[in-house]
Amino acid sequence: MLANLLESVRGPWPWWVGGVAIGAVVPLLLFLANRHFGVSSSLRHVCAACLPSGPKYFRYDWKKDAWNLFFVAGVVIGGWLAREFLMSSPGPVIGQTPAPAPMPLDLFSWSALGTGKGILLMVVGGFLVGFGSRWANGCSSGHAIMGLSLRRPASLVAVIGFFAGGLFVAWLVLPKVLR
Amino acid sequence: MKRNLICLALGVYFGIALLKAEVASWWRIQEMFRFAAFHMYGIIGIAVAIGAASVWYVQRSGARALGGEVIDLTPKPAQYRAQLLGGIVFGCGWALCGACPGPLYALIGAGYMPMLAVLLSALAGTFAYGVVREKLPH
Repeated sequence: MLANLLESVRGPWPWWVGGVAIGAVVPLLLFLANRHFGVSSSLRHVCAACLPSGPKYFRYDWKKDAWNLFFVAGVVIGGWLAREFLMSSPGPVIGQTPAPAPMPLDLFSWSALGTGKGILLMVVGGFLVGFGSRWANGCSSGHAIMGLSLRRPASLVAVIGFFAGGLFVAWLVLPKVLR
Repeated sequence: MKRNLICLALGVYFGIALLKAEVASWWRIQEMFRFAAFHMYGIIGIAVAIGAASVWYVQRSGARALGGEVIDLTPKPAQYRAQLLGGIVFGCGWALCGACPGPLYALIGAGYMPMLAVLLSALAGTFAYGVVREKLPH
């Protein structure tokens, strides 16, 4: 009984538990901090903090938005806590076998950075995430969750864009590259 | 400062949720874009439902935030071309590296250090956008 309970805490959450837990971030941030859920602005703040005399886009008072940097620092700590204390298996169960990690380790490793595939997935992928989220002025949290919650048409357009890009890569690029 | 500490705590909670719900997973993102599982759609759908209900409740009741502040629900200004084009670029990156910014931070915390290279690339992309911004349609 107790073992079952512990296992259900340490095991991966089903989608509906995950949905409730992640959705709850919106009211928690609104009511406790009066802030809109969003992650990718933090990338801009880091650039602004590191390059005070850089391009105009990074010259603003990023300290006013320091909450966002505290939030993502928390996400890093949360990731550590989850992995260290709260997980029975590191990767998702897809098909029959649990994956050994949340990502394919042969493609996401330091040595993969010396291969074309690794550069495409890690470096090009990351670059496009940073570039695109600033151009769209939001990412999956700011547009897909917060923006849609605010019934914001521009966020729906952004989400359509996310899927257009994602479907293109998942169906036309990755099958050719990874085979 | 109090607000910052609250945000830090909420970030910890969000980071745990991202790993436990397997949102921070390259496999889950591929599965989503391949329409191979309902998992991510269920999570995003429920999250939006909870977020929308919260926004609606604040609008209806005029509920205040901790400390009595009026809750600001002003959305960011719309720039449809930027949202569409930037969204497409973001979506390509999301499917390639299998992580949006939140999961990137969470995976680094979870000890998958090579994801630092992805985060640094995302910072480089952010910087590049700042450089070429004036030349892009918005």
